[in-house]
Amino acid sequence: MDKLAFGDHLFDSRLVMGTGGAANLEILERALVASGTELTTVALRRVDVEGGTGLLDLLRRLGIRVLPNTAGCRTAAEAVLTARMAREALETDLVKLEVVADERTLLPDPVELLDAAEQLVDDGFTVLPYTNDDPVLARKLEQAGCAAVMPLGSPIGTGLGIRNPHNIEMITAEAGVPVVLDAGIGTASEAALAMELGCDAVLLATAVTRAADPERMARAMRRGVEAGWDARHAGRIPRRYWAQASSPDREG
Amino acid sequence: MLNGEHHEIDDGTDLARVLTDAGLPERGIAVAVDGEVVPRASWAQYVPAEGARLEVLTAVQGG
Repeated sequence: MDKLAFGDHLFDSRLVMGTGGAANLEILERALVASGTELTTVALRRVDVEGGTGLLDLLRRLGIRVLPNTAGCRTAAEAVLTARMAREALETDLVKLEVVADERTLLPDPVELLDAAEQLVDDGFTVLPYTNDDPVLARKLEQAGCAAVMPLGSPIGTGLGIRNPHNIEMITAEAGVPVVLDAGIGTASEAALAMELGCDAVLLATAVTRAADPERMARAMRRGVEAGWDARHAGRIPRRYWAQASSPDREG
Repeated sequence: MLNGEHHEIDDGTDLARVLTDAGLPERGIAVAVDGEVVPRASWAQYVPAEGARLEVLTAVQGG
């Protein structure tokens, strides 16, 4: 079957959504439904009695599984504690492991990331690390037991697309676990490109939640991911230097 | 301390009671005391020490 598998967790949809940046839950709901997603990230923060757990109620009602992240963590120790809190609060062993180096770039800190990944794998988590577009680090994360690797296309929230397609291709060519293009996607053609480069899924948030029409962009992303997946596996024609007629000769 | 704010509780009050009294929901939250996660199953037996730092987290929009 053509399912996306993170450890024991199986999905038909290859678009993982984030919830950050949506103006309100109603807009978020419409976008999530249009995206067709079955897995959506949430962050963990101090509970606010007023705010309640409306987001979780929404995801439960839509039948979308939650993927807690460790956003905001700068060290392995912080990320490990946050992941354990998330497992307790949300009753899932899935975690999007995010350990960033600084606020300006939000790029992953490779040393802390690998350390945290090893600890969480040992603790029984299904670890999905947000990583640099570095084939060597991706390999090490896989060797550490991560259930996927999630290289960035460009920095979080920039919408700059995939800045180093060749690196993404080197990662997908080598990986024995699913590769998820995470961060940097701005529009649907970039989501399609990620899949054509051999990714198994795309994770995006800002491109949809901050679009002028989030619902419409969510639909575009779903179609982009599906189109890219089909194109990747349909066996594209080789590139040629000169033209090749697609109609028979007139003299035939 | 509960999420960084001073919080008075009677001696011997267990964690489950502290959370209920603070008006927190039962599902969708996790608690750490002084940096260690306290599993939900232990809330009714766990009595926070005086001066303990409680962090109560839930899911919010993000990522």
